[in-house]
Amino acid sequence: MSIDSDLAVPLPQSPTPRRNLTPVMWSGIVAAGIAVVSLVRIWTGASNLDSSGAIQAAITAATPIALAGLSGLWSERAGVVNIGIEGMMILGTFGAGYAGYQWGPWAGVFFGVFCGLLGGLLLALVTVTVGVDHIIAGVAINILAPGLSLFLSRLLFTDAPGGGQRQSPPVPDVGRITLPFLSEWLGQIEDKGWFFVSDLAGIVRGMCTNLSLLSVLAVVLIVATGFVLWRTRLGLRLRSCGEAPYAAESLGVNVFWYKYIAVMVSGALAGLAGSFLVVGLKFQDGQTGGRGFIGLAAMIFGNWRPGGMAMGAALFGYTDGVQQYDSSGSAMHAFLILVAIALVVVAVLQYRSGHPVVAGVAAVIAALCLWWFAATDTLPQQLVKAAPYAITLLVMALASQNLRMPKADGMIYRKGGH
Amino acid sequence: MTGSRGRRILLGAAAPVGALAFSMLITAALLLVTGHNPVEAFSAMISALQRIRIVLGTIDQSAVYYLSAVAVAIGFKMNLFNIGVDGQYRLAAMLSAAVAGAAWMGSLPGFLRIAITLLVAMAVGAAWAGVAALLKVTRGVSEVISTIMLNAIATFIIAYLLTPQRLAVLEGNNISTPKITEGGQLPVIEFEGSTTPLYTLVLLAALVGVLYALMLSRTVFGFNIKATGMSETAAVASGISVKRMIVSAMLLSGAVAGLIGMPELLNGSAASYSLNFPTGIGFTGIAVALLGRNHPVGMVFSALLWAALDSSANALQGVGVPRELVTIMQGIIVLSVVVAYEFVRRYRLTLEARDVARALAARSKEAAQATVSDR
Repeated sequence: MSIDSDLAVPLPQSPTPRRNLTPVMWSGIVAAGIAVVSLVRIWTGASNLDSSGAIQAAITAATPIALAGLSGLWSERAGVVNIGIEGMMILGTFGAGYAGYQWGPWAGVFFGVFCGLLGGLLLALVTVTVGVDHIIAGVAINILAPGLSLFLSRLLFTDAPGGGQRQSPPVPDVGRITLPFLSEWLGQIEDKGWFFVSDLAGIVRGMCTNLSLLSVLAVVLIVATGFVLWRTRLGLRLRSCGEAPYAAESLGVNVFWYKYIAVMVSGALAGLAGSFLVVGLKFQDGQTGGRGFIGLAAMIFGNWRPGGMAMGAALFGYTDGVQQYDSSGSAMHAFLILVAIALVVVAVLQYRSGHPVVAGVAAVIAALCLWWFAATDTLPQQLVKAAPYAITLLVMALASQNLRMPKADGMIYRKGGH
Repeated sequence: MTGSRGRRILLGAAAPVGALAFSMLITAALLLVTGHNPVEAFSAMISALQRIRIVLGTIDQSAVYYLSAVAVAIGFKMNLFNIGVDGQYRLAAMLSAAVAGAAWMGSLPGFLRIAITLLVAMAVGAAWAGVAALLKVTRGVSEVISTIMLNAIATFIIAYLLTPQRLAVLEGNNISTPKITEGGQLPVIEFEGSTTPLYTLVLLAALVGVLYALMLSRTVFGFNIKATGMSETAAVASGISVKRMIVSAMLLSGAVAGLIGMPELLNGSAASYSLNFPTGIGFTGIAVALLGRNHPVGMVFSALLWAALDSSANALQGVGVPRELVTIMQGIIVLSVVVAYEFVRRYRLTLEARDVARALAARSKEAAQATVSDR
């Protein structure tokens, strides 16, 4: 959209160049975070804030979001906006259901990835080769994919054993990992309820108990994406297509092919995200439930970078998973305090970097969160579900001067500039 | 000029017609692969459209789609992508239904009740769109992203409010806003031999369409919208405040979006907002606006086509074909129509270049002859 270019808030001229945080500082921040969570847990008594079960639920919820975010990252880094992730995920769920119930979960995963890749190919065909508006193409794919999946589902699954009009027969699960002795030992520490130590044990235990192999694969893919896109020649060229395609073209980069590669990888990852939802369960109509869009939000939250995207996916997966796991609703209620604390930190940082208005808005919202916490005992489930979307809006509104999308993102590239 | 005008209309119509034909071709192939008879399927759809009930349903539905398309088109005209029409109309329909069904409304005269309902709907739609506009002009947040988020948030707000403790009532197993009592709805036109009536609010869609056309062709505001959409730098240079245009266009788009739910609410038999209220019309509006090229008349045809496809979908099940065939057709139509527009655009550029070349050649020939005859 051409209007963005002139309206976008100009990048601030930061007086000091941004320092990169060292691993030691990162560990310090994480430790401080766990300490804060631990204090809130002890104060409110909401043990499900970071119990191993809650962390497991969060990981299960975060995996498809992270994969969808990764899907968006690949295509947008090459300059193609992919609104069609949701549709490609739906194609993935269908593929995983179709192959999964007949030939096992891994066949399902592969076929799901393949179906997603076909969706990516379609998007690449119309946006890169023909050059139509990316968002319109994505919207069209989001109309087409659920229609096609449900059409085929009615034809293929209705008479299959255990299947139905709108669902496939059950698909077996891929393997899950539990570290045998560590998990039990950590469980004992977690039950003690100590400050910090039990919280750390709970979090680690949640991460090494009943962990789906696809979640492990997702982590590997996030790291691999970071490496490939930022540390290899392929990645540099691919990103150059998203930043300055004509400059890349003048240096001999075949922009056309790099965009194709990126969008097809994007489709495949969206297909994998869809497959994750199916294995261990079955294909169901409407199963993706807007996760493609949350993935997109996670990617924007993470400033078009894999690490930030993973943090966004973890945050959104956490709110989604924990509110499903914690039936009492106390964990999400306590979560309000954490949101308020985070907003206060944002307010301080923004004030120090010379944005008093933004800092003020953040402080006011923080106060509202605290008031909400004090005035209620539980949060309505429907509003908790809206949290990922509201947080994304908040982040975009508060931190938009620090967000920078690829410069030529969403622009139509025509070879030679015609 | 008449020749080029005729050519323009022809080229403009070629794309949608071609897209429809292409989608039928692809779906026919899909039907053959899955072992169905395409001729049987398409003739079932066509024969369904000869029944008066289906025709009236198509007209009612197309009015709704047309309103949605206009809401989207107002944004499109200035390169604003209001994906949020969907959330705007659902939130507006829900809240205005709650107001219309409220007990205190019963004592007011009918026309006032209708006016209040419509105004509340427009205000809610505009307010929800205004959030995206505000974020865009103050913080530079892309309206595509913010409206996607606002759509989802609207869904959960509706789920939150649509509970018996809050704005809804429980009747049997159905949760809905309180039914609008006698006099709060508008009459419908019954036809003999049809269970589906004709909605009088089809006129509202027509009125909105006329106003949209007048706004674009007769007002400064419409001119500014078009100018900003065509070239933002030129608009700024001529003194148009782009920020103000974004806010007003977005508010207007949201206000029209608020009307989308009104035919169903004020003419429909349910007379309330429930979980059965139609969803996703905002996205249909994007497709219809694209198909009709944001043109006030073009969108009438595309809304009718879309509604006709929808209404004939049930007939497919009679011949053993899942009704989602229609959704597939619609998706292919949107995709192929934008592809076709791109090809038409390129073809038009070639034609223009050829015309210019021919004119230049003719002139230089004349000039050459003139110099020859001078000697």
